[in-house]
Amino acid sequence: MILVFCELKDGQIRKPSTEALSEGRRLADASGKKVGALFAGASCAGAAEAAKFGADVILTAEAPTLASYSSDAFATLLADAVKAKGATVLLAAATAVGKDVLPRAAARLGAGYASDVTGLAMVDGKLQAVRPVYAGKAFATTTFSSAVQTATTRPNVFPAAEKAGAGAVEVLAAPAGDFKSVVKEILAKAGGKVDLSEANVIVSGGRGMKDGANFKILEELADAIGGVVGASRAAVDAGWGLPHSMQVGQTGKVVSPTLYIACGISGAIQHIAGMSGSKYIVAINKDPEAPIFKLANYGIVGDLFEVVPELTKAAKAMGIGKN
Amino acid sequence: MKILVALKQVPDTETKIKVAADGKSLDPADVKWITSPYDEYALEEAIRIKEGKGAEVVALSVGGDTAKDVLKNALALGADTAVLLKGDGQGDAFAVAQMIAAYAKDKGFDLILCGNKGLGGDNAAMGPMLAELLGVAQANVVVKLELGEGTFKAEREIEAGSEVVEGALPAVITAQKGLNEPRYASLKGIMAAKKKTIEELDASAVTAGAQVSALALPPERPAGRLLDGDASAQAQALLQALKDEAKVF
Repeated sequence: MILVFCELKDGQIRKPSTEALSEGRRLADASGKKVGALFAGASCAGAAEAAKFGADVILTAEAPTLASYSSDAFATLLADAVKAKGATVLLAAATAVGKDVLPRAAARLGAGYASDVTGLAMVDGKLQAVRPVYAGKAFATTTFSSAVQTATTRPNVFPAAEKAGAGAVEVLAAPAGDFKSVVKEILAKAGGKVDLSEANVIVSGGRGMKDGANFKILEELADAIGGVVGASRAAVDAGWGLPHSMQVGQTGKVVSPTLYIACGISGAIQHIAGMSGSKYIVAINKDPEAPIFKLANYGIVGDLFEVVPELTKAAKAMGIGKN
Repeated sequence: MKILVALKQVPDTETKIKVAADGKSLDPADVKWITSPYDEYALEEAIRIKEGKGAEVVALSVGGDTAKDVLKNALALGADTAVLLKGDGQGDAFAVAQMIAAYAKDKGFDLILCGNKGLGGDNAAMGPMLAELLGVAQANVVVKLELGEGTFKAEREIEAGSEVVEGALPAVITAQKGLNEPRYASLKGIMAAKKKTIEELDASAVTAGAQVSALALPPERPAGRLLDGDASAQAQALLQALKDEAKVF
C-alpha cells in the first residue's frame, strides 16, 4: 500500500494534501498497489472526500488529544499505520506539518526520506524521487535503500486530479496522551493570506523598491491579480521592516508559483535559486542589463513605480483575478 | 544546562553549482565552504542561553578535516568545546542523524540546536530524525525560544503565520532566520579559540536510508520577450500575454 498522510482545515482536505494523494494514486496505478489516506484530529469529518482523489482506504484517528498537532503523537500514528498496513511508501505534502512529522516517522521506521520532491516514480517496485537541491540550482534523483520509502511533495507542483477510489473507512486507535510536545496556540498572520510556498501568483520586490512602505503598490497589484507579496534578501536585510517570512531565495522560501513578478530585483544567484522553479517569470527593472531578464518570460524595462500601478489599473479594468 | 549545537559545512549561497564527473555529486572546484546560515542562528541561541543563565555549549560537526573550520569558528564565537565526527556529513540526513544520535546518547544534553535545514541538501530532516532517534521532543523552524524548568516554549513558522509549541526538555530545536542576530567573532574569541583543541572521533557505522543517484542542472529557460511602449502600453501588453499566451489568468 501507498499511504498518504492528509491534513484537514475547516473540515476540508488541504490542497497540498489533495496533490500528494493524487500523486499517490498515480504511483499506485503504475505499480498495482492500493492507496490509503490517513487523517488525524479531534474530528476527521471531511476525510470521506479523499475517495474523490483516489483513496481506496480512508484511515482516521480521532481523539480530543489530537485536536492540536504534536510531533511525536503524529509520528507514532503514521509509523504504526505504515506497519499495520504493510505500506512500503509513505507520502505527505511538504507543508509545515508534513515536513515536521514525516522525517520523524521515517526515523522511527528506519526509512529513507526525500524532502520537498517535485517528481516521483516507481522503478522496479521502488520509489524514485527527484528533488531540488541548492534551492533549485540543481536537481537530485534520490533512490532508497530502506524497505519503507518516505517523501514530502512540494505544493503547487503535482496536479490534484479527481479519480474515484473505493474509500472504505477504517478507524485507527489514537496514540495515548502525554506527548513530548504539543502545539498550544496558532498565531495567524494578519490577512490570513496563503503562504508564499503555496501561492499560485507572487509579486516580489527587491532593492529597487527603495523603502518598505513602497511595498504597498505591490500589495495592491497582488490583491488585483490574486497573488501574495514576496521580497528578495536584499530588501529583507535592508532594514525596511519586512519580515523574513517574505524572503524568497536560497536562505528564504523556495517557491514554485505559476506566475512570479519580480519588481526591482536584479537577479542575484541567491534569489534566482529560490524562484527559478516558477512557471512564468516577469521582470520589471530599470536596468536592461539586470540578470533577471535572462530568466524572464516577459521583461519590462522601465520604472516599477510607473509600471506596477499601471498593471494594477489594467488588471482591474480587465477583471483579472476575479474569476 | 548542557547544549549540543550541530553544525554543517555547506557551499556558500553564491556558489554556482557544477556537477562532478560522476554525475551525482557537486564539483568541489571553486566552491567556498561556509557554516550553514541556519546553523549560525542555532549557535547564537546557544551562546545567548549560556550568557543568560549559564550553560556548557558543545559544538559538533560531521565531516572531514575541512569541517574543522566550522568548529574553530564556533569556538571563537563562544562554544566551550568542539567535536568532529569524522564521516560523510554531506550525505543522507538519516545517516547523519544516526551518527549524531550515537554520539549524543547518554551524554546528558538538555538541548540540541541545529539549523532548520542544511543549505544545499535542503532536506530539513536531520533535526526531527535526531529527535526521534534520541526519543526527545522537537520544534522545527523556530523563530523564538523560551526555556523554563525542564520545559521549552518555541514559536515556529508555519504557513501564513506561526504556532507556539510547548514541550519537555531535552528537546531538539531547529533554528530559522529571525530567531536572533548572529554576532561576529571577536579578536579575543579568535585568539582564545586557537588554544582550544577539537576532539576528533570516528563517526559510528550507519545505514543510509536514501542516496543521490544523479545530479542535474535545471533545464535552460527559453528566451524571453521584452515588451514595448510606455508604462501603460507595457502593462496592457503584459496582461494580454499572460492571459492569451501563458493562460495564467
